[in-house]
Amino acid sequence: MGRTLAEKVWDDHVVRHAEGEPDLLYIDLHLLHEVTSPQAFDGLRKSGRTVRRTDLTIATEDHNTPTIDIDKPIADPVSRTQLETLRKNCADFGVRLHPLGDTEQGVVHVVGPQLGLTQPGMTVVCGDSHTSTHGAFGALAFGIGTSQVEHVLATQTLPMAPFRTMAITVRGELPADVTAKDIILAIIARIGTGGGQGYVIEYRGEAIEKLSMEARMTICNMSIEAGARAGMIAPDETTFAYLKDRPHAPQGADWDAAVAYWKTLRTDEDAVFDHEVVLDAAELAPFVTWGTNPGQGAPLSAAVPDPASFEDPSARLAAEKALEYMGLSAGTPLRQIAVDTVFVGSCTNGRIEDLRNAAAVLRGRRVADGVRMLVVPGSVRVALQAVDEGLDTVFKEAGAEWRHAGCSMCLGMNPDQLKPGERSASTSNRNFEGRQGKGGRTHLVSPQVAAATAVLGHLASPADLSDAAVATPAGV
Amino acid sequence: MEAFTTHTGRAVPLRRSNVDTDQIIPAHWLKKVTRDGFEDGLFEAWRKDPEFVLNRPERQGATVLVAGPDFGTGSSREHAVWALQNYGFKAVISSRFADIFRGNSLKNGLLTVVLPQPVVDGLWALTEADAELAVTVDLVARKVTAGQGERRVEAPFELDENARWRLLEGLDDISLTLRHEDDIAAYEGGRPAFKPRTLAG
Ligand code: SF4
Repeated sequence: MGRTLAEKVWDDHVVRHAEGEPDLLYIDLHLLHEVTSPQAFDGLRKSGRTVRRTDLTIATEDHNTPTIDIDKPIADPVSRTQLETLRKNCADFGVRLHPLGDTEQGVVHVVGPQLGLTQPGMTVVCGDSHTSTHGAFGALAFGIGTSQVEHVLATQTLPMAPFRTMAITVRGELPADVTAKDIILAIIARIGTGGGQGYVIEYRGEAIEKLSMEARMTICNMSIEAGARAGMIAPDETTFAYLKDRPHAPQGADWDAAVAYWKTLRTDEDAVFDHEVVLDAAELAPFVTWGTNPGQGAPLSAAVPDPASFEDPSARLAAEKALEYMGLSAGTPLRQIAVDTVFVGSCTNGRIEDLRNAAAVLRGRRVADGVRMLVVPGSVRVALQAVDEGLDTVFKEAGAEWRHAGCSMCLGMNPDQLKPGERSASTSNRNFEGRQGKGGRTHLVSPQVAAATAVLGHLASPADLSDAAVATPAGV
Repeated sequence: MEAFTTHTGRAVPLRRSNVDTDQIIPAHWLKKVTRDGFEDGLFEAWRKDPEFVLNRPERQGATVLVAGPDFGTGSSREHAVWALQNYGFKAVISSRFADIFRGNSLKNGLLTVVLPQPVVDGLWALTEADAELAVTVDLVARKVTAGQGERRVEAPFELDENARWRLLEGLDDISLTLRHEDDIAAYEGGRPAFKPRTLAG
């Protein structure tokens, strides 16, 4: 019987297989950041171990880094300690680090791909759940806990329990105003936040194949919000073109050998998935969340749902609680929800295409009075590219704040937070209670919807702008 | 990880049930960046009371915690295990542990022993009457013994063979994997040259 993409990558990394035991998998790339690595390094020290493959390991600082005044000392002592600890650990163990202020610094999941370190057919791990992002290249990439971080540092392997496979096919052509973010929000709304539990999802179908690499990363990034172990997309010409000539992409004969291998990484015709879901691209529309988990979303044209309309009692209760926390009443058209803050950034939508798409909407327009808009590039490279293209000027002229790279308001571990009761339209991936600051209310949106919302002061899509002539989005 | 064969030490009787991990180590301790130094956070809220059993002079240096049922419920934080170990505990006895806590404890070399509640009651009575009393947790013979004569406690306990073997040998996950270092090296020898490296050279 044929094998799926995920099974092929798995098989290629089995170091040891023994009946009744988890497979021991080899890890090709280990990404580190300051929050989940300190105890792992501490564990190594305690047992007198070293990092087995510093040449397959790389660290950056992202969660705690400030996005303004980055040349000043970090005020919060906890944040400062975590960053200083990472610096010491990397120096002691010989791990490559891109600290705050470095040109390659940024959100770990933006940095790996842009350096060309994330490639098809690899196993990629990081002590961070959104490691699923790297699956966009046809890599098997998953988040791990701190004990596992230590395990990978010491052995470059992980014992892994087997997974099940799920195919999510988006067939047909996407409507012009629908983006990758809308696709993944619609998928999570359909299968639920637990729908992917135990599965590695493979996204496929024409609508997925037509997406740019960055849009594919947006989709795979949020696989974890559906509960999946990982998300993947088969590598193709789009993938190869993105990788060609990146700093760590193979060169010369290695490139040819790599591409030849990468081309084998497609699910076989006769492979069988454990579960299949099919969506019609034509039925998709700009999508936003109204609740407190990423599965509580609806098309922008809809209204806040009535909890009573949910048949499942736990879904009903969850909706009731969500509406109370979000300060929303059933029946309110989503377009009438006013926001105080708009956040464009994160490992979901903080790449250059995302900034281009937001800027295309903002060009020549102004952020509404009383609305604060933060644009936080996913990495320093993204920021430099944006400046090169004059996007920073577009944002600043529109009245948005142009910030330094990092996770920022995606989780508010640095000073960028919502105040209690404040409401945001955010291009990040989690709308959990308090995620962007205690008492803050988050609506997950695409960069285009974020920008249109900033202009109008309420949830909106570019089509709602009176002078609607906005360039067709790039990358989608 | 340190091997565990048999351990004899004085005990702390903790007559409380449903002690969750937040009580074992409160959330604000999670910001620390090391695995040690958690001893002062152990049962932090209760430690404010000078009469709390852990604060009693006669309990200093004790290494066996005799806890109530449903010990270690709540969040999955491994810090709870580290806090108990940092404080000096080698074994915890209870009639029921939360699953994740138990898994974490065995992974880290803290032996969690399940005994029937009447036996735990007996141990409480014995160790409350005599703070000097030695409790022996013998993983080789799989039994807990304490006291003399009529009130002697001698109770067998169960532990799955794999977990027991790992504790007896002092094998954490990493040591177990490193037993297959040859396999890892062999795999590395066959990795394609085109796979990326983060370091030059
Ligand atoms: S941007 Fe947000 S989701 Fe991504 S790594 Fe940072 S905190 Fe996590």
